[in-house]
Amino acid sequence: MIRALGRRALSLLLALIAASVVIFVMLQAVPGDPAAFMLGMNASEDAVAALRAELGLEGPLVVRYLAWISGMLGGDFGTSYTYRVPVAELVSERIVVSAPLAVMALVLSTVIAIPVGLIAAARRGGVADWGIMGGTQLGIAVPNFWFAMILVLVFAVKLRWVSAGGFPGWDAGLWPGVRALLLPAIALALPQASILARVLRSALLDTLDQDYIRTARAKGLSRRATVVRHALRNAMIPVLTILGLQFSFLLAGAIIIENVFFLPGLGRLIFQGITQRDLIVVQSVTMLLVFAVILVTFLVDLAYTFADPRLRRR
Amino acid sequence: MRVSLVIGAMLSAVFVSLAAVSLLWLPYDITVLDIAGRLHPPSASHWLGTDHFGRDMVAMLMAGARTSIAVALVAVGIGIVFGVPLGLVAAAYRGTWLDEAIMRGNDLVFAFPSLVIAILITAVFGASAVNAILAIGIFNIPVFARVARGGALPLWTLDYILAARVAGKGRARISAEHILPNIANLLIVQGTIQFSLGILAEAALSYVGLGAQPPMASWGRMLADAQTMIYTEPQLAILPGMAIVLMVLGLNLMGDGLRDALDPRLRKAGM
Repeated sequence: MIRALGRRALSLLLALIAASVVIFVMLQAVPGDPAAFMLGMNASEDAVAALRAELGLEGPLVVRYLAWISGMLGGDFGTSYTYRVPVAELVSERIVVSAPLAVMALVLSTVIAIPVGLIAAARRGGVADWGIMGGTQLGIAVPNFWFAMILVLVFAVKLRWVSAGGFPGWDAGLWPGVRALLLPAIALALPQASILARVLRSALLDTLDQDYIRTARAKGLSRRATVVRHALRNAMIPVLTILGLQFSFLLAGAIIIENVFFLPGLGRLIFQGITQRDLIVVQSVTMLLVFAVILVTFLVDLAYTFADPRLRRR
Repeated sequence: MRVSLVIGAMLSAVFVSLAAVSLLWLPYDITVLDIAGRLHPPSASHWLGTDHFGRDMVAMLMAGARTSIAVALVAVGIGIVFGVPLGLVAAAYRGTWLDEAIMRGNDLVFAFPSLVIAILITAVFGASAVNAILAIGIFNIPVFARVARGGALPLWTLDYILAARVAGKGRARISAEHILPNIANLLIVQGTIQFSLGILAEAALSYVGLGAQPPMASWGRMLADAQTMIYTEPQLAILPGMAIVLMVLGLNLMGDGLRDALDPRLRKAGM
């Protein structure tokens, strides 16, 4: 158990190092000098050189990489070229939009997927099952940013229930903030919920065939109690795995959805960084997102290894 | 469920043939802008109307299908060409350092959030259809390597492979002559799935402006253009979205149907 844990922690560390190297090296390949870009066409060579030194663009690659990484570890993500403020400050301003959005989408998709998957498995082969399987097939095929646009069209343009985009800030109160994130969260949740419901259904069908289910029924447990107490608990393992794997798609989806709703989140920060050649912002924010994804994958892996003794040996 | 195979194959065939036709002929030239004829409602001459530059929507959708399919197809090709040999080698040298190295490398690429990195790749190396293909294709490699290895491993324990080894065939030859044909089913099914994911990824990348560039038509690009006009011209946003949904739905149904048809053991699960 300890050995397995150590091996996983080691591979987590390796993945993080590899990710940081890839991100760093890739951004070194960006054409154009950010210092020259910032100072405009008429800047003197001396001024550009001075700014390059100030931005930490001088010196050998390895030294700059190590400086960046040790800074990140200490919470110093660098200073934005365009905003002239620490990237950490920008991140903390934006994460209060992106994180609640991702959590809302995650909760919504789970809340939708569990009953839907349960009904489909319970009514296997019936009309409800067919309807659900068809509906989820459609849900998977819908690009979330397009679904977001359709939601805007229906609920903001036609019905005028919510605003089409923007974010009032949490200072305006909890409800206005949640309301602004509601449509984006629904748009993000739909494909996730469809995938989860299908995984849950098939996992339930698998467990319902097991001997211990027959035993539970034979000792007089009701159908409902058997499903909830025995089948659902076991079926949750693959569901959890998928939930963890989907986290990366959720983040990527959030980055794109933020553009549909003009939400000032991390995704828009990355895109602004790209267009303004604010590379340190792009570099550090991407690294943070990759870190989040790798960490979640690791934790999920750990969680079900812990939950399922059969997996501990591997 | 053979029904899904038939429906899926038919939907996919419609889009593939539209894309194929667009290579030779389009109802209107989409590189010619006609501002006077902009935002026409559907009519006999323009079946689905025209967009904000006066371009025919049918022609745009057909050219968009071409871009989507080309990008996704080449990205799947990259995955197969690099991933399958890697998987076969890992299986042939199971348990050795080679297998370990390939699989760890795989895990590493898997750990990356693919779309985030794809955004980074296209942002750094410039937005273009080619960079979109590369960004999507790289993440297909570990998928196919894993499927190929997983399919090949049980085969290596079978008697006829053992016989081939006794007959003096090398591991590479056995992989190519005996293993590959037997895992083709798995690869076809996975190829269909990755193809549909590629279509979605291409749409997302070009929606944020990091995929195909004008004058190349792309469904994601059309959606981005339509977004600002969604109040007045909602059909411009609805049509390309429907195209994406139907194409992806077709491919997914076909993938499911193929898997069921090719592997009867999976029929029960119906996932």
